[in-house]
Amino acid sequence: MLENRSIMRREGILDQVAMPAEPSSVALRTLPPEARFVLRLGAGDATRNGSIAGLSLALPINRFGADASRLATRLGPDEWLLIGPDADAETMHADAARALAGTHHALVDISHRNVGMELSGRAAAVILNAGCPLDLGDRQFPPGSATRTLLGKAEVVLFRLADVPDRLGVAVPHYRIECWRSFARYVHGYLAGAAAEYAAVRN
Amino acid sequence: MLLIECPHCGPRAEIEFRCGGEAHIARPADPSALDDNAWAEFLFYRSSPKGVHAERWNHAHGCQRWFNALRDTMSDRILATYPAGAARPNITTIEAAR
Ligand SMILES: [Zn+2]
Repeated sequence: MLENRSIMRREGILDQVAMPAEPSSVALRTLPPEARFVLRLGAGDATRNGSIAGLSLALPINRFGADASRLATRLGPDEWLLIGPDADAETMHADAARALAGTHHALVDISHRNVGMELSGRAAAVILNAGCPLDLGDRQFPPGSATRTLLGKAEVVLFRLADVPDRLGVAVPHYRIECWRSFARYVHGYLAGAAAEYAAVRN
Repeated sequence: MLLIECPHCGPRAEIEFRCGGEAHIARPADPSALDDNAWAEFLFYRSSPKGVHAERWNHAHGCQRWFNALRDTMSDRILATYPAGAARPNITTIEAAR
C-alpha cells in the first residue's frame, strides 16, 4: 500500500469543476486531497486505548473531536472516521497500527475513496436542507456534530465545524461534507444548484 | 416525513433506514436435524399481522447498525425501537404505547 501511495498521482475529482459565481449568502469550497481512515474497534477497546494517532476516540456517537490538523469522528458505536493532512497518511496509519497492535480491529485507508468540500454562510443550513433530511438547528446539530446522512440521492458525512465570521464579521454556520469520489460532482452540483436557487429567490 | 428513533442516533428521517423483515427469527441450532418442511418454515414463512409487528431495521445512511422496531402495520406508526438482541417490549396495542 505504501508503494502504491507514492506512485499514484492524487488528482481531485473536482479539480476541473467550474465553481459557481459565489452568492453572498453562502461559500462552497472543495478541499485538497487528505488522508482518511475508517477504524472499526469495539467500544470497550476504544475506551481502553483512549487516543490513537493523536486523536481521542472517547466521543459520543455522531460527534467529532479535532486538533489543528486532524479530526476523528465517531459514526457509530464501533466505527470512527479519521481525517488528517495528506502528508500525514503514513504516520497516521503507522501510529494507529502500533497503538492497536494485539487489539481486534480493522483500519482501512479510504483517502482516495472520499472527497471533501466545505459550505459556510448564513444560508448554509437551508441549502443543505434542500437535499438533507437532518434537523440542522443549533440544538439538534450544534458545532461538533458529525453524522452519515443523505444529500439528495448520495450518502454523505456531514460535519458542523466551528462557526466562522462572514465578510461582515457575523458568525455563520460552517459545514464540511464528505462523499464518495464518484458522487462528488453530483454532490457539488447539488449544493451549487441549491445555492443558486436560493440566491435567485432572495434577490 | 416519518421519524424513526435509532437507538444510537435518535430520531432520524425514514429515508435513512432500510427494513430487514420480521425480527426475533432464531436460526435453528442444528439445521441438519430439521426436515424440509421445518427448514422451509424457518427460511421463508413469516407472520404478517394486522397490528403490532416486530421488525429488523437498519440505519443504512446513518450509523449503519441493525436494531429492532415495533411497528403498527395499520397506522405505520413506530411504537418502540430497541437494540438488536434485546427482548421484545411488551406492547400489543397502540394505546399501550401512548
Ligand atoms: Zn443510527
